Amino acid sequence: MKNYLNLNLSLLYWVLVAPFSGQFFKIAPIFRQMVFIGVRAAPMVALTSFSVGVTLAMQAAHSLQQLGAEIYVPDLVTVTLLRELGPVLIAVIVIGRSGSAVAAELGTMKVSEEIEALEVMAINPIRFLIVPRFLAMLVMLPVLTILGNYVGFFGGWTVCHYALGFNTAGFILRALESATTWDLYSGLIKSAVFAWVVITIACNAGLHVDGGAEGVGQATTASVVYSLLAMLVLNAVLTGIFFFGS
Amino acid sequence: MNDVDTTPVIEVTDLVRVFGKRTVLNGVSFKIHRGETMVIMGGSGCGKSTLLRHIIGAMKPTSGSIKIFGEDITHMDERELASIRRRFGMLFQSGALLASMTVGENVALPISEHSQLSDDDVDQIVKRKLQMVGLTGFEHLKPAEISGGMKKRVGLARALALDPELLFSDEPTSGLDPIMTAVVDKLTLELTRESGMTALVVTHDMTSAFRIASNMIMLGRGSIIAQGTPAEIRSSPNPEVQQFINGEADGPVPLNLSQDDHEHRQHVAPRPLISARGRLSRKMP
Ligand SMILES: Nc1ncnc2c1ncn2[C@@H]1O[C@H](COP(=O)(O)OP(=O)(O)O)[C@@H](O)[C@H]1O
Ligand SMILES: [Mg+2]
Repeated sequence: MKNYLNLNLSLLYWVLVAPFSGQFFKIAPIFRQMVFIGVRAAPMVALTSFSVGVTLAMQAAHSLQQLGAEIYVPDLVTVTLLRELGPVLIAVIVIGRSGSAVAAELGTMKVSEEIEALEVMAINPIRFLIVPRFLAMLVMLPVLTILGNYVGFFGGWTVCHYALGFNTAGFILRALESATTWDLYSGLIKSAVFAWVVITIACNAGLHVDGGAEGVGQATTASVVYSLLAMLVLNAVLTGIFFFGS
Repeated sequence: MNDVDTTPVIEVTDLVRVFGKRTVLNGVSFKIHRGETMVIMGGSGCGKSTLLRHIIGAMKPTSGSIKIFGEDITHMDERELASIRRRFGMLFQSGALLASMTVGENVALPISEHSQLSDDDVDQIVKRKLQMVGLTGFEHLKPAEISGGMKKRVGLARALALDPELLFSDEPTSGLDPIMTAVVDKLTLELTRESGMTALVVTHDMTSAFRIASNMIMLGRGSIIAQGTPAEIRSSPNPEVQQFINGEADGPVPLNLSQDDHEHRQHVAPRPLISARGRLSRKMP
C-alpha cells in the first residue's frame, strides 16, 4: 500500500512537475504503448460490446414486451451501455488483456535486473517505463469505451431492427432522446478513473516482484484480482455519487 | 600531486550487510585508486554481486560507508545518486539488456538519455562501441536472438557507451570463449592504461583475473581473506587462496555446507587453518 501511494506520487511528479523543470518524458514510447494497450485490444472490445448490446436488447425486449413498451428498448440499451456496462466491461477486458501484460512485462524486467540496470544508467524507471504506460492507458481506456459504446448500440440496433421491426431512424431518435450528454460524460469519467487505478495497480505489482518467474506469475494474478475488485467497488461509488446522491 | 589524484575513486569502509539472520558481508574495507583494475574473486554465493550492488547504490548497507569519487553514497537520495551514476558504467552478471529493444538501441540508450547528440552521432558511437567488443553488424537483433556471451559483450558496450571514468563488471568473461575473453581483457587493460579508467571486476576466471588485475581481493564468508597485487596473491601462503587460484576440488574450503554451517560461518572471522581442516576430516567417514 505504501509502495502504491509512492508510485502514484512519483507518477504525478514525473507527469506534472518534472516537465516544467526541463525533464520531459518522450512522446514516441507513449504511442507505442497506446498501440499495445489500446489498438490491439480494439477487436476484443468490439466483439464483447456487440454481444452485450445484442443481449441487452433481447432482455429488454423480453421484459418490456410484457408491458407493451418495446418502444423503450433503445432507451434501456443506450443508458445502460453509456452509464454502466460500457465503462465496466471494457475495463474488464483491458484488465485481463493489457493490465496483466503490463504487470508481467514489468515483473520480468524486474527479475532480469533490467530495472536495476536502468537505475544504474541514471535513467529513472518511473519516467522511462511507467509514465508512457500510464498516459497511454489514461487516453486509451476512455477511447475504447467510446468505441465499445458505438459497437454496443449497433448490437442493440440489430436486434431492434431485425427482430422488433424498428426502422433505423426511429432507433437512433429514441436512443438520442433518452440519453443525455451527462450519461456519456459520467461513463467517460468512470473509465478515466478506472484507467488510473488499473494501470497503477498493474505497474506497482510488476515493479515489486521478487522471486523469479514464480513471482512474476503471482504478481500478474494479483494485479488482475486487485484491479477487478478496485474497479468494481469504485464503479459502485461513482454511480452512487453521479446518479444517487441528489 | 594534487588532491583529486590521491582521493581513492572507491573507498569502502567496514561494510556490513545482513539479510535476515545471515551476514552476507561482514566488515569489508578496501580502496581503489584512479587507473587501477581491482579484481574481486571468491566462491559462488560469497557475496561478490552483493558487494557490487552496494557500491553502485542499488542496496543500502546495514552499516559502514562507501565513498565514490570521494562522496559518501550511502546516504544519497535518488537525484544525487543519479549524478554520480552518470560517471560510471556497469556490466551486470546477466547482461541485463532491455529485452524489448534491439542491441543497437540498448547501447544507444545511455547516450540518447544523457546527451544532446544527433541520431547520426549516436549511431556512430554505437557502431564503434559494438566494434570494440567484436559485435559489428549485430545492431538489429533483439537480446533474445543472441547467445549469452554476446549479451555480456553488448552489456559491456552499453556500460562503456558514455566513456565512463569507472567501470564495474560482474563476471564479464563467464560464458565467453578464450579468444573473446582475451579481447574483453585487452579492452579493459587499454581503457585503464590509456584513458585512466578505473575498473572493478568480479571474476571466477583466474587466467583473466591475473591478466588484468593491478590489485586483487579474495572474498570468503563475507570478509576479505586475502588482498594484494597479483604477485602477492599468487605467492600467498593462505591455503584457501591457493586452492581457489589453482582450482583444486579438495582443500580447506569444504564442499558441502549445511544452511546452519553457512549461517554460522558467516558470522565468525575466518577460522585458522587447523580447525578448518579439522572440520573437514570430522565430516569424512
Ligand atoms: N536480496 C537478497 N535477499 C536475501 N539474500 C540475498 C539477497 N541477495 C543475495 N543474497 C544472498 O547473499 C549471498 C551472496 O550472493 P551473491 O552476492 O549473489 O553471490 P556471488 O558471490 O555469487 O555473486 C547468497 O548466499 C545469497 O543467497
Ligand atoms: Mg554473482
